[in-house]
Parts: sequence; C-alpha cells; structure tokens
Amino acid sequence: MLNSEQVIEVRGLTKKFGSLTAVNNLDLNVYRGDVFGFLGPNGAGKSTTIRMLLSLIKPTSGEMKIFGKSITKNRKEIFSKIGAIVEKPDFYLYLSAYKNLEILGKLSGTDTSKKKIMDMLELVGLEKRYKSKVKTYSHGMKQRLGLAQALLHDPELIILDEPTTGLDPQGMKEIRDLIIYLSREKGKTIFLSSHILHEVELIATRMIIISKGTTQVEGTVEELLKSEKVVVTFEVDKIEDAMRTVNESKWKGNFKSISKSEINFELTKNEIALLNKYLIEKGILVSAVVPVRSLEDYFLRITEGGAK
Amino acid sequence: MITLIWLELQKMFKKWRTYIGFIAIGLLTLIVQLALYFTGQKMIDSQLRSFEQSFIVVGNLFNGYFIAHLILGALIIHVPFLIVLVGGDLLAGEATAGTYRMLLTRPASRLQVVTAKFIAGLIYVVVLLVWLAFLSIGVSLIIFGSGPLLSFGGGGIVIIAENDILWRFLGAFAFAVLSMTTVICFAILFSSLVQNAIGPIVSTMALIFILLILSALPVEFLQNLRPYFFTSHMFQWDGFFRDPVDYSDILNSTWILLGHIAGLYLITTYIFIKKDILS
Repeated sequence: MLNSEQVIEVRGLTKKFGSLTAVNNLDLNVYRGDVFGFLGPNGAGKSTTIRMLLSLIKPTSGEMKIFGKSITKNRKEIFSKIGAIVEKPDFYLYLSAYKNLEILGKLSGTDTSKKKIMDMLELVGLEKRYKSKVKTYSHGMKQRLGLAQALLHDPELIILDEPTTGLDPQGMKEIRDLIIYLSREKGKTIFLSSHILHEVELIATRMIIISKGTTQVEGTVEELLKSEKVVVTFEVDKIEDAMRTVNESKWKGNFKSISKSEINFELTKNEIALLNKYLIEKGILVSAVVPVRSLEDYFLRITEGGAK
Repeated sequence: MITLIWLELQKMFKKWRTYIGFIAIGLLTLIVQLALYFTGQKMIDSQLRSFEQSFIVVGNLFNGYFIAHLILGALIIHVPFLIVLVGGDLLAGEATAGTYRMLLTRPASRLQVVTAKFIAGLIYVVVLLVWLAFLSIGVSLIIFGSGPLLSFGGGGIVIIAENDILWRFLGAFAFAVLSMTTVICFAILFSSLVQNAIGPIVSTMALIFILLILSALPVEFLQNLRPYFFTSHMFQWDGFFRDPVDYSDILNSTWILLGHIAGLYLITTYIFIKKDILS
C-alpha cells in the first residue's frame, strides 16, 4: 500500500444472472498509487466485476465507491477521472483513429486539440496511421488505440482489462513499461486485470485472486509470495557432493528431485538465499538458481481450491 | 448535451447507410420528374377531360406544385423504410460494434446518451424530408414552372390558388416530420432491445406492413381498431391540401403521433437505463 486513500472500495458485491452467480459477495480495496492486479481464471467474474465498476451492468447487491463516492450519484465527476479498456477495445471501425479519439475525448470533456490527440497517438506508436480507418488496424493496433483512449483525458484511475492481449512480446513490454511509467512517474492508480500472471507479478504492487466470483486472497504481491514455497532449481558443478551435503543438513526436507546437474528444492523466498550460501560454504559451486514456481503455481493452487 | 448530439450526428453521417435514403429519394424523384416531363401532360389531360366539359380550365395546371404533390403522395409511404435503416442502427449498431463499452464509460449518463440518439434521429428525419421537399418542390418548380395546385384527394378535385399553396406544403412536411419521427422512434425502441441492427429494421418494417394491411381489410372489428393504429394517422399530411382544411382531424392525429413519440421515448429510455451491457 503506497497511500491509505482508497480509490476503489467494494463491499459485498454480488451479480446474479438468473440462477448463475457470476460475482459473489466480493470485497475490493484499491488505494491511490496502486498497480492493482486482478487475477482469476476464465469465468471467475473479473470482467463482470469491471463492468459493474464501470456501471455497464447493475449489481444485484453490494456497495461500490470510487474516489470515496457512490458511482450512481456522482457519475459525471467519477467518470471524468477514469480511463478504461473493457475486454477487447472496440471502436467505430468506419472512422479514423484520430476521429475515434476526438469523439471519445469530447465525450470525456477533455481537450481534443490536434496536438493532444497526436501526442497520445505517438505515445502508443500509432501516429503514422492516424488517418487510417480503424477497420484496417490489426488487433494489436486496436489494443494500443484502446490505451490511447483510456489515457486521453489524463484520468486518475486507469482500469485495464487484459491490456496486452494480442500484442507481440515487444508490444507487451512497451505496455508494461507504460503502466509502470504511469504509476511511478504520473502517480496514476491502475486496476489491471490480466491472465498473464507473470505480467502482474512484474508490475503489480497489490493483487487479488478471485475464483467463482469470490475473493480467494488479497494483499501485496510480495506478502502473498513471501511465505509461498517455490520450486527452485540449483545448477551445481559436483552433483554427488552436493546431494551428500544436502542429505547431511536440514535442507534434506526441502529436496524435491535431481537431474544430470540440477537439484530441485521447495523453498520460500528467504530460504533460497540461505541454501545458496550454505552450498557455497560447503565448497559446492552454484552456477545458477532458477525459480520454476512463482505466482502461476500460487494462482493455480488458490483457484483450484487449495489452501490459502 | 449539444456535444453529444453533434457527436451522434458525426457518427451517423460518416456511415454510408445514412445516405441510402438521400440517394433513393434523389433517384426516385428524378425518375418521376423525367417520366412526368415526357408523359405527364397526357395524364393530366385524360384526368381533366370530364372536368373540362363543365368548367373552363385556365392557366398551367401541370406545374411544379402539382408534380411535388404527386411525388409527395407517392414517396411518403416509402420513406419509413428508408428511415428505419438509420433508426434501427442507432443503438443496436453500438452493441454490434462493441462501442457501448467506450460510450457508456464516459461522464455522460445513459439518459443523455439515449436522448442524444433520439434527437439525432429526429434531425436525420428533418434533413431527409427537407431533401425530399427541395427535390420535389424546388426542382419541380424549376422544371415545370409555377401555377395553381390541382389536387385529387378527399374524393373530389380541389384547385388551390398559387398564392395559397406554399404554407400547405410547409404544413404537410411538418406533419410528415411528425409521422416519420414516430417511425424512427419505433426503430430506436426495437434497436434498444437487440444487439444487431437487422432485427429492428425488419421489425419496424413488419410492424408498418402489418398495421397497413390490417387497416385495409374490410373487416368491421379491424375497422374499429383502425383509429388506434399509428399508421392510420401517418398520412394525415394530405389534409393540408383539402379546401377547407379540417384542422380537427390533423390536430387529433398530431396528438396521437406525439403521444406515440413520447411513449416510445420513455419506454426506450427505461429499457436502456436498466440494460446490462454484456456485448
């Protein structure tokens, strides 16, 4: 938590579609300056939650506040400070990227001067195609334009639903860097829903994992992973000596498996450094330490109904 | 609100389907004018033959006003089918394109959005009918010249003096705006219910067809229902070309159509505000 001011506060949020409960009694807390990772498997209720936050669908019950105010009573004020991409960004395909941004900017009540729009298109790397109709854009380009429309009115809160979907690795990195820049340099609060867990691990400060519409865990990424055991591969020079050393120590209990020149251990983050130090002190040369379990395993364990 | 309406109009007039109505009216009017230019005099002579045995006809009866009245009568029944192409797309088009998510996550409320769409629809109707008026009256006057208006409506022949015509056309077109606004309101209502523009277009056309057919059937029960069909009031524009004009009939139809417009707007707004955007 970077700041105690709550930007999003959700209590007991529930959405039912007939007999199907998409979101069940969900609580959420997003603070100013957070890059908040919103994780969950397909059908967990992430998009439904985002749609409720953005008043696209009405909750069956529960309370939502953004910037400390009710969305229904303060819509104009709240929505002028929110930028969002909900699922895939769709545009008026028969209009140019420039015209789309001009329309959406005017709807947000922001400056839609040519300079402002071109600056935004430049930020997302579309300035050379500003005259092209959006129907000629690739999915990745639409995704970038989606980001541009979300940022055009300089919002305080940016809600991004799978913002890197359809982008190539370079594009994904650029978007990640942009999110980090917006958070660290511009002080924006970012609510990031993503199925790319590694992405959340890299950029999120806090996160929530939901499954079947309910909260499984919530906290800082560091806190949540600190006590989580990770499978770590140690590449060593003398494998037999290393195994003998391990078997004679307290680390025997952490041993998982062995291959040609690698030994796998199940360790917490703190234990990785301690075992590395121990092996070196015993004369074993460690050439690499590779964690092979991280947020992904944690996520799977949580969403499959494992221990919290 | 003005910004919202302006943006709706920009979106509307950037779509090529918006121009189908203008092109169709332009072509049809031109064809009718050309056909009448070459054969119209014969037509009017044959219609006036029995009339000329009792009266002496002086002046140019085959003039721009006569052609305009003829075109208006022939085309106004088809204009609804052009209007629904745009009306049916106003809300469903956003659902199809997925742009509801962009549009409705802005500061403007849903009430403002749907109201802007209704007003944009109304403006489209006005512009389309002004186009029809320009072509049917303006161009016809240029080609065929001016003169008194010969009208065959109301079970008899009426000849309206040249200086008494223009206000009647104004009244007729104003009434046509009301009729066509009712049609576009139906299309917008159907458009709010679905995710694809085809449904509302077909539904509105089907509704007009069904009501027109039911009105035409010589069955007493249906004849009793006729005053409640909005289609029965759509063609009251021709009342302005009677002599004297029966204002009570026109006013009655005006209230009924205004009631339809208000009711359809309220129902659509309620549906739209309550709607979950799942597209």
